[in-house]
This record gives sequence, C-alpha cells and structure tokens, in this order.
Amino acid sequence: MAPLTPAPAAAATAAAAKKRGLDVAFIFKKSLISALVALVLFSLMIGVRTEAGPTGQLIYWTRFGDLAAMVGAVFAGSIVVELLRWWWGPVGTVHSVGPKVQGALSFAGRVLPPLMLGFTFLMPVIFYDQRYILDLGILVLTYVMLGWGLNVVVGLAGLLDLGYVAFYAVGAYSYALLATNFGLSFWVCLPLAGILAAFWGVLLGFPVLRLRGDYLAIVTLAFGEIIRLVIINWQSLTGGPNGISGIPRPTMFGIPLTPAEDGLAARLGIEFSPTHRIVFLFYLILALALLTNWVTIRLRRLPIGRAWEALREDEVACRALGINTTTTKLTAFATGAMFGGFAGAFFATRQGFISPESFTFQESALVLAIVVLGGMGSQLGVALAAVAMIGGFELFRGLDQYRMLVFGLAMVLLMIWRPRGLIGHRAPTVFLEQSRAISSDLVKEGR
Amino acid sequence: MSGDPILEVDNLAMRFGGIVAVNGLSFAARHGEITALIGPNGAGKTTVFNCITGFYKPTGGTIRLSHRDGKSYQLQRLNDFRISKIAKVARTFQNIRLFPGMTALENLMVAQHNALMRASGLTFLGLIGAPSWRSAEASAIELARIWLKRIGLLERADDAAGNLPYGDQRRLEIARAMCTTPALLCLDEPAAGLNARESAGLSELLMSIRAEGNTSILLIEHDMSVVMEISDHVVVLDYGVKIADGTPQHVRDDARVIAAYLGVEDDEVAAVEQELGL
Amino acid sequence: MDYFAQQLINGIVLGSIYGLIAIGYTMVYGIVGMINFAHGDVFMIGGFIALISFLILVSLGLTFVPVILLIVLLVSMAITALYGWTVERIAYRPLRHSFRLAPMLSAIGMSFVLMNYSQVAQGARVKPVPPIITGGYTLYEADGFVVRLSNIQIIVVITTVVLLAIFTWLVAKTRLGRDMRACEQDQTMAALLGVDVDRTISMTFVIGAALASVAGMMYLLYYGLVDFFMGFVAGIKAFTAAVLGGIGSLPGAMLGGLLIGLIETLWSAYFSVEYKDVAAFSILIIVLIFLPTGLLGRPEVEKV
Repeated sequence: MAPLTPAPAAAATAAAAKKRGLDVAFIFKKSLISALVALVLFSLMIGVRTEAGPTGQLIYWTRFGDLAAMVGAVFAGSIVVELLRWWWGPVGTVHSVGPKVQGALSFAGRVLPPLMLGFTFLMPVIFYDQRYILDLGILVLTYVMLGWGLNVVVGLAGLLDLGYVAFYAVGAYSYALLATNFGLSFWVCLPLAGILAAFWGVLLGFPVLRLRGDYLAIVTLAFGEIIRLVIINWQSLTGGPNGISGIPRPTMFGIPLTPAEDGLAARLGIEFSPTHRIVFLFYLILALALLTNWVTIRLRRLPIGRAWEALREDEVACRALGINTTTTKLTAFATGAMFGGFAGAFFATRQGFISPESFTFQESALVLAIVVLGGMGSQLGVALAAVAMIGGFELFRGLDQYRMLVFGLAMVLLMIWRPRGLIGHRAPTVFLEQSRAISSDLVKEGR
Repeated sequence: MSGDPILEVDNLAMRFGGIVAVNGLSFAARHGEITALIGPNGAGKTTVFNCITGFYKPTGGTIRLSHRDGKSYQLQRLNDFRISKIAKVARTFQNIRLFPGMTALENLMVAQHNALMRASGLTFLGLIGAPSWRSAEASAIELARIWLKRIGLLERADDAAGNLPYGDQRRLEIARAMCTTPALLCLDEPAAGLNARESAGLSELLMSIRAEGNTSILLIEHDMSVVMEISDHVVVLDYGVKIADGTPQHVRDDARVIAAYLGVEDDEVAAVEQELGL
Repeated sequence: MDYFAQQLINGIVLGSIYGLIAIGYTMVYGIVGMINFAHGDVFMIGGFIALISFLILVSLGLTFVPVILLIVLLVSMAITALYGWTVERIAYRPLRHSFRLAPMLSAIGMSFVLMNYSQVAQGARVKPVPPIITGGYTLYEADGFVVRLSNIQIIVVITTVVLLAIFTWLVAKTRLGRDMRACEQDQTMAALLGVDVDRTISMTFVIGAALASVAGMMYLLYYGLVDFFMGFVAGIKAFTAAVLGGIGSLPGAMLGGLLIGLIETLWSAYFSVEYKDVAAFSILIIVLIFLPTGLLGRPEVEKV
C-alpha cells in the first residue's frame, strides 16, 4: 500500500488554517463519510481475496490489514482534497490570466515548437548510448503521429472515432503481409499501407455518415473490435493470436542496416552497431510524424480543411453553403486513417513482430485521450499530450500491475482539470490584420 | 430581364405525419426583386424555406428555379448541398448559424468552398502551393474583404464569429450567404432581434444587393416596416395556405390578411374592416 | 428444429442478461446524455461481489440455496449500487456541464480503473464456481436430441421479468421516476420546479448499477465464472444492445438485449463461434445504417 499521509500532520495544517475560515468539523465529517463509503466499497473486494485453490476449488482469505490501510488512505486523501479545495477557492472560480501572463504564454507558444523540434532532432546525438531513451522517443513519436492522425478526424472534423486503432492495425498487417508474402520492401509497402488504411477509413465512413455523437462512437468502437476479431480468427492469413513474426526490418533506401557486407556500416567503413538501426528508426518516425503535421497544417489552410472545421462547427450551415458533407466526412476519415496506416506500417517494421494484442480498444482510448487532452485541433497540444501521457505511462512501468489503475485515474483527473485540453484555443487559418487566438469555449466539438 | 420569374413554387405541399404544414401553395418570385413571405407565427413560412433550400423533401408539388441564362432546376429533385452548389440558392437561418469558433473572415472563406475547391485542384494543387491556387486564394480573401467592408465588420475580420454582437452576426450571416454568389438569397427573419437603427441598415444592405441585380431576394420577415419598405412583392401565408399575393400596398389592404394577423374568423372580417375604417 | 428451440432458449437467457445491463446504459444516456463506459465494469464488480459473498456464506455453513441466493442478491445489489454512486460522484458530476468529450474520456478512464482495480484486488485469473443451481426440465425429446430448460435458465428469465416489472413501475409511478423523466426532458426546468437534479442523477446511476449487479450475479450463476475482463466485452455488447433498441428507450434496451443474445447464440450454433461477436457488431452497424436511431428510438428531427 502507498504510505499514508500522516493524519496528525494534516490535522495540524487544518488547525493552523482554522483562523482563515476553515471549517474543520465539516471537513472531518466529509472525510469520515468518504472513509465509510470506501469501507463498504472495499469490504469484499479488498477485505477478501479469492483464488482457485490447488484442486480447482475456490478458496478465500481475509486481508483486513489492507482494507484498513485503504480506508485510512481514503480518509487522509479526502482531507487533503478538501484542504486543497479550500485553498484553491470554490469550484468554478475563474483564475483570470493577466495580459502579462498571456503574453508570456503566447511567447512560449511560439518558442516551444521550434525548441521541441530541435531537441527531438538532437536526441539521437545526445542519447546515442542510451538505447532505452531512444526507444522511448520512438514510442512517443509513434503516438504523436497517431495523435496527429486522429486529430484530423476528431479535432478538426469533429467526428468521434473510438476505433482508430483499426487503421493502425490495417497498416501494420498490410506491411507485415505484403513484406512476408511478397517480399515487397518497406518503401513500397508504406504508401500501400496508407492507401489500404484510407480505403478502410472510407469503408467505415460510409455507414456512419448519418450517425451522430454516441451512435458514431459505438459504431467506430464496434468497427475496431470487428477488425481485431477478424485478425484473431482468420488464422490462415494473419496467424491469429500468434501474430506474424519475421517482418523485415526497414532498409535505408535499399541499404540494409545489418552487419552484412552490403550493410550500411560496411559501406561507410565504420564499425557496425545495432544502434544505427535505432537511430534510423527514430528519424524515420520523426519524418513520418512531421509529414503528418505538415500535411495537416497545409490542409487546414485549404478549402477541405476549412470545410472539416466548419463541419465540426455546424453541419446544417455547411449544407446550406453548398458543401458536400458526405465527401468532406469521408476525406476526413480517409486522411486520418491513412496516417494511422503509415504509423502501423512503421510499428510493424520496428517491432518485427505483430499480434492482435497490440491493437486493443485500450490503444484507441489512449490515442483519443492524447487528442482530447492536447486540446482538440491543436497540433502542439497533441504533441505535448503524447509526451506527457506516454512519458507518464513509462514512469509507472515499475508499478506494472497498477499501471492501468494510475492511467485510468490520470485520465479522469486530467479531464476534470482541463476538459478542453492543454491548449485551450484555436488558431485561425487565415487572417487579414492579425491572427487572434480563439478561445475554445467558442469552438464546437462536433458530434 | 427583370420580371421573369426566378422561383416558381407550384402546388407545394408538406406534411409531417398527420400535420399539414403547407398545402397547395403556389407563388412566384421575380428576377431582381425582393419578395417577402409573411404570415402569422406557425403559418408555415420556414417550412416553405426548408423545402426550397432542400432541408425538407416536399410531400408534393414542384419548385422551379430559373437562372438568367435560361438554365432551370427542379429544386425538389436536388438534395441539400446541390441546391446551393448548382442551383445557387443561398440561405440564412432564423436562429443564426454561423461557425462560432471560426473568425468572421474564415466564415466567408468557407462560403467560397466550391470555387476554392476547384481552384485547389481538389486539394492536390493547393497542397503543393501551386501559383494558380495562391491567386485564387488571394481573390477569395479579397471578396471576403469587400463583403466585410460592406457590412461594416472589416475591423472585426479576425475575431471569432461567436464573439460578435447579435446584429453583426446577422449581417455576417447574410455576407456569408452572398459569398456563395447566389442567384437567389433566402433570408429567414433577418431583422429579428435588431434595433431600429440596425433594421434600417439591413434594409439598406438588402436594397443595395437588389440594385446590383445579380441576386434576387426572398425573405421571411415579421418586421412590417422592413417588409413594406423594401419588398417589391409580398406573399401572405396562413395555416400553410396562401391568402394574399401582390404589392405591399395591395397586401396591406387585404381584408383576409388583416384578419389573419388579428386572428379573427372570416365572417368577422367585415366588422373588423369597418372598425378600422377600411 | 429441436436444435433451434434449444438455441432459442439459450439466446433468450443470454439476452436477458444483456438487457439488464443495457437498461443501465440507456437510463444514464437518457438522463445525462453520455455513455457510461464504466457500466460494463460495474457489472463485472457485481459479479465479483456476488462470488465473494457467496463464498463467505457457504463457508459460514449456510446450505439452504434460496436463502443464500437472496442474501447474495441483496448484498451484491447494495454494494454495487454504491460503486455506481461513487463512479458518478468522482468521474462524472464534476464534468456535468462540460464539453461532450471530457465526460466520455473520464468514463473510459473510470472503466480502466475499475478493471485494473479488480485485477489487482482479486488477481487476474478466472474464478470458477461449481454449479450452484442444478437440475432442470426436459421439454421434449426427438430424434435423440433433448431440448432442456434448466432451473438456472428459468431463474434468470424470471428474475429479469420481475426486475423489469419493478423498474417499469418505478419509472412510471413513483416520485423518483417522475423526477427522472423530468430531468431527462429538461434539467434546468426540473431544477426550477424543485426537483433535486443531483440526487435524481445519482439515483439513476445507483439503480443502473443495481440492475447490472443482478446481471453480474446471473452471469456468475449461469456461466459459473467471473474474471476482471468480462465487463469490457459484456459492456460493449450491452451498449450495442441499448443502441440497437434505440438508446434512451427502456423497452428498446430489453429488446436490443434479447436480439443481441439471440444473434450471438444462433450465430454460434449455425455458423461459427469465433465470429459471434463480429456478427453482433455487424448487425449493429447494419441496423444503424437503416435506422440511425435504433429500433425503438425516437427519430431525430433536424430542426433548422
């Protein structure tokens, strides 16, 4: 169990705070109720542990110590939360931001992206010897790319997609199957994987064109599950739950990154190191992610991108302006899916092995969380959110079995803290005099 | 050319389940004119609009739109976005439907979607930044600027549409509709919620659009001062049926119209007329 | 034909369980307009609590099955209802008037929390229980094929019907039901007229969770096992059922549940077990193409 916040310390703070209008009795009562609720909730689930015994018969034993610790933790935590709340002011207090701070923020907004980009470019140089960090960097960049891809669908076009992982899977399996069955190279497969994923995006797009909000959510979720289930069960093609192994590693435009004679190291006359491939993969995903970003930024300034955003704002008005909402939606699905497909092909070549386990609903939820936490539609926000989420996830690797617990709680708390995401404004795509950021309170979320 | 009908509604009917919203309605609007569609609340005016602009499929009847070059379209056969795209009918909404999270300028850019889509080579030319696309974009911004200037919103071009005052939003919505270069502009209560000065400005704007002669206007309006001042032709609806049709003067004096607005039965009309000294 | 009859029975039983879960989804959706993604996991928690309380009762020496079942039912309903209440309180209430996607993500987060919580608290392995209710009736026998109706199947269906009746009465006749319907129509207006909106929404979650716990218990009795992951799949299917029936509609949820149960069972029986979920989801997509608001959902009229 986590170490408890010592109750006396909390009580002391509370006593000190009393003269500032703190209602200690109220907080104590509230925390007591929380503890009581926790006691009932945890009574059977934590107080009793069941397990199948050696004979297959279920046995149970009690864990009252753990139960007491948990209830105590809830009590203490509840006091802390109440104190924080008292200190922070009532819920919904507007903490207005002065012009100075705003100026600093906008300055940071301008400086941050180039800094981040520069740092990312230099990462393989700085951390050349630290494979773990490079691997983590590749992972983060993969999610940045997925986030940017999904951002087209959810953030710009306002179409809720809970099955984005399907396109990631289509891309990964497209590459894996084309490469292992037909020996096609990564560079031939990459566009094919993108095209196939886009094709599936359109296929999904058609039935959901007329659907709104939560119907759309459930259908995309179902679609993601269908793809995963088909992959699991179509064993002759996909290898089923065992997945596909021996997927060819990418070559640097035909030059393999192996110790072989025609390998890159031999050709350059330097000593071979497995890090070469990691560095190559790092720059590969960086390039793919930047391509996604560049295309998205370009598209936003083109009529199709503006139509996506207009669709998110008001579909009826779009139709009244002669915009073909069907093709607009389908292109959004296809574009987002295509980037997902690219990312999938990269994932397959990086891992060398793929199985349906990598394409669960949890992945879709993670990517969606990145997009929403980033601030819908904001490219910078998505990148920041991906770093925070994947980096944070990694920090808790040591906690292994508690990871999803922490992740889930983080999702809940982050949403309560910033329902509109980290970047709370939208940048206009065109301006006459001066580009003024639009508060996200005005921006619609689509359906 | 003025005088030829741009819009001919013939025997239009619209039923929702058992409710008859519009029944056997026929009227025409002429090129270069402002035609007003008036009637008490619930008379079916907005339903007529929704049929014309393709948001409803009429239960019966035909709606024919003729361009000046002689091309004509059966609107009841075109669906939603094609009415705006091909037949060039633009509209505004009773409760404003701007894109609130986009700037005023962006709103006007979205309105030029179809023209810009062609210019951007279905996105591909635009993606590589072809010169033809750049010049098309520049002229689209120019058109938007002209309209922003006309509605007096040039200074607020880069502000979110949702942040504009109500009256400005109404005018911006009209400008947005005009940026689709429509042959027929349908306005659903454009003066609703405007003060007297803003109403006067609106009348001026609509009359200047008429003066240019490229766009005819069909409007629903409750503000009789606006209707009487700018309309060339007025059609009066009550309970989904046309009860009068003619010049503003003619309609104003029509007994049935007065009765409809005052809410009296037909046989009481005579009494009312007498009271009013008509 | 006999085979079909047997599958029909199995399908209706499975469908009853889905229906009970689906009601929770539909109720919450009706009143707060959001998908309670954690509902499937509340169902799973209900199953676990039923299992644990059952084990304790048996080890205490109770042997009379009806009494055991009744106590298990009540304990499981009570504790699971509190889970529903807590979930609403922590994850949804602070986001009540927020943007649409935020509560959805916090719901997904809550689902992960509950799933991982029971995995940590009770271990990842499947928990089997020996059949508690045995026996049944042979309806008829033909060509060597026996069509059976087991006692547990009877219990599942009867419990479902009774709960549905109670629930329908609750919504139609009681003060709480009236408040719920009022909040569904217009929360602001309901609050102005003296309806305690917070309490009503809390109660909606509580009732939904209680029904889900019954479904969890039935699942435990019928299949004889629970595991921490069962909430996800059952949850998606129950939600599919709610959408299929027309979300927001109570009879729709039950109808959708029965349909999903039948589709799944019949597909497994006649085509392939592996693709039963694919079949259920595909039917969902097909239905929504033609009836975008489900079978019994109110058609959405676009107001222009």
